[in-house]
Amino acid sequence: MLLRLRAAVIFILVLGVVLSVRQPAHAIPAFARKYDLPCSACHEAWPKLNDFGIAFRDRGYQLGNEKDSPIWQNPSYWPITFRITPEWHRESSSNQVVDTVPGNPALGQIYQDVTTHGFDFSGLDIWAAGTLYKDISFSVLPSADSSGSFHFENVFVRFDNLFRTRWLNLKLGKFELDNLVSEKRMLFLSSNGGFYQVYHYTPFREVQFRASNPPIVQFNPVFGIGDNQLGVELSGHSENSYARYSVALLSSNEGSPGLPNRTYDWWASFNQGFAVGKLGVQRVGAFAFFGQRPTFFNTSFGSPVLSEGLGNKSLYRAGLTGLFYIKKVDFSTVFVHGWDNVFLGTGTAANAPLPVGARGPTWNGGFVETHFTYSPQLVFVQRNEIVRMSRQVFRTDPRDLGDIDAFSFGLRYYPFMFSRAGLALHTEYSLVRSYKSASPLPTSTSPFGPDLRSSSVFIGLDFAF
Amino acid sequence: MKHNRMRAHFTGILVLLFAGVGQVIFAQESHIGGLTGEGSRGKQLYRRYCVGCHGPLGDGRGENAPWIDPKPRDFVTGTFKCRSTPTGALPTDEDLYKSVTRGFVNSNMPSWLPLTKQQRADLVAYVKTFSSSFREEKPPSPLSMPSESAANQQSIQSGNELYQKMNCWSCHGKEGRGDGPSAQTLVDNRGYPIPPYDFSVGTRFKCGESNQDLYRILMTGLDGTPMPSFANGLTPAQAWDVVHYIRTLQMNVKRKKQTAENEKKDRGESKPVGAQPE
Repeated sequence: MLLRLRAAVIFILVLGVVLSVRQPAHAIPAFARKYDLPCSACHEAWPKLNDFGIAFRDRGYQLGNEKDSPIWQNPSYWPITFRITPEWHRESSSNQVVDTVPGNPALGQIYQDVTTHGFDFSGLDIWAAGTLYKDISFSVLPSADSSGSFHFENVFVRFDNLFRTRWLNLKLGKFELDNLVSEKRMLFLSSNGGFYQVYHYTPFREVQFRASNPPIVQFNPVFGIGDNQLGVELSGHSENSYARYSVALLSSNEGSPGLPNRTYDWWASFNQGFAVGKLGVQRVGAFAFFGQRPTFFNTSFGSPVLSEGLGNKSLYRAGLTGLFYIKKVDFSTVFVHGWDNVFLGTGTAANAPLPVGARGPTWNGGFVETHFTYSPQLVFVQRNEIVRMSRQVFRTDPRDLGDIDAFSFGLRYYPFMFSRAGLALHTEYSLVRSYKSASPLPTSTSPFGPDLRSSSVFIGLDFAF
Repeated sequence: MKHNRMRAHFTGILVLLFAGVGQVIFAQESHIGGLTGEGSRGKQLYRRYCVGCHGPLGDGRGENAPWIDPKPRDFVTGTFKCRSTPTGALPTDEDLYKSVTRGFVNSNMPSWLPLTKQQRADLVAYVKTFSSSFREEKPPSPLSMPSESAANQQSIQSGNELYQKMNCWSCHGKEGRGDGPSAQTLVDNRGYPIPPYDFSVGTRFKCGESNQDLYRILMTGLDGTPMPSFANGLTPAQAWDVVHYIRTLQMNVKRKKQTAENEKKDRGESKPVGAQPE
């Protein structure tokens, strides 16, 4: 009896200590050196923005307190942050075609699961952003992959509040397409969960055709809603950023500098927030993309001239988005409908005949991403995503060819957030099932293989300074 | 005997535990228009948005406070600059709500307009828990504000004379540049140096930007700063004259016709607070 009582006392003491050492959230994001606000002021859980962060970004990284121009800053102030994630991860893929006896392909092939794991680190972001002057903002984000190879993830200058109205802001450069659910600010990091499938979906047949094409038609008609694009954007917002719009004219080159391609794409988005009593702001929106991609290259002595794509064919994406809050739980929801021209869908040059019976592929997809923000320092995340082909390139193709189911869950714990940096312990599991997408065995008579399942386990320390 | 001692230990530990784990929150509320703010909800918001500057105890000693000028407000003292109530009195809930909504120009306090009205009301309720004054007394009625007189040459001339007579110039300077002979000596109630407002470069005042806001600042003073209340020294008509004169010192202000209504519209406050959802 006495022992049990003593055990209960010790348990309560330990529980008390654990509960009382939980620190209040007070973190400083990249702009902290300028504005001295905690990370949680702008981020639901960084990098995901909250309502105040959305408004701050919409104003061109300005608070409007007459201290926005860099002239008010200490001359030593340098608006730089970096972010990188040392990690351990495990990647596994089912139904991979491997030799029955390694090193001896003549003995035939079989399906096997391939798994790898180990310590690693992510790429590095070195981000400079802020204001050049009052109402002129900028961003430069050189980003490296884990081998240290750099590219520019974004580069832009933005003129804010043109004609003294917040409804007219002009941005020029390479930037993220304005969308309610940002892939750049997602709370998933693993190889399988760290991007939205539906933002980058390409029908399976399209991938298959392109892989077998000769170099002259090895164009890349890819478009990713989450990918930064080169162009010019006109945007605007209400004072509290509940109502927002953007219209962008983009080069048809998926944000690749040096390849103007001479054609342009369009992006438009609109979203509206509603304050719903004690639930907070609920937002709904819509977006549309209309673009074109070349189907073959001009040639010089038979070699493709990569900067001159010809035979453009069109594609579009349209979708609905929503952000819904119920106390500590919030849902990010996206629905996307996609269509590619039949020439793109079959990887056929526009000056060549189409395969018999081919049609432009269409598909629908979407996801519900749930966040449970226990506190600004502890967030549980989960996502269910599906993509379903609604029209295959050929009537004879299986209806579910290339369909995708994806599932992810994890948590981010910010053990402390002090004045100039952020650190998150990030754990995550992701599973993606791609229907009939594994390569067929050489002995198979079917052009399609079984389902492909890929999974990731991820544990990392995500930090930004 | 042994059991009694154990029970006493157990009870003591439980008491300590409850005292340590949770800060005691008085069921503080705020009432702004049709909205009722609740301190319990405001606490979560405070820890997310405000704690970095104002500190977990609301004493203005957050982790960023050493780097901030002007210093964050100490809520514990119950002294607030922007009020509609007489000097020395507590602000109304609506005063605090407006401060949260508007932010303070030339300080690190931003406008929290992107938060919903309910969230801002909740924050006000929680801010009130830091000072015992809000439990012990009620704010008096706001100062009455008579209609603005015509801003003509006569009024401006009268305002100029009052500006000299009431020694406004000793802090704000002869031309309103904040360079009066006392300017260098001014400190706030915490002993930090505080410069007088420079009318020549400023386009907005700390507690608003309309003529009504300026009148209110004159008549209520900015508690905690050297700016006194002139409620006993000026008649309402004289206060309007000073307002009109001060406007002539503001070189950077775009001369659009200011009316109370279009200023409210500019701030998105044309509808009564809490009357309907945003």
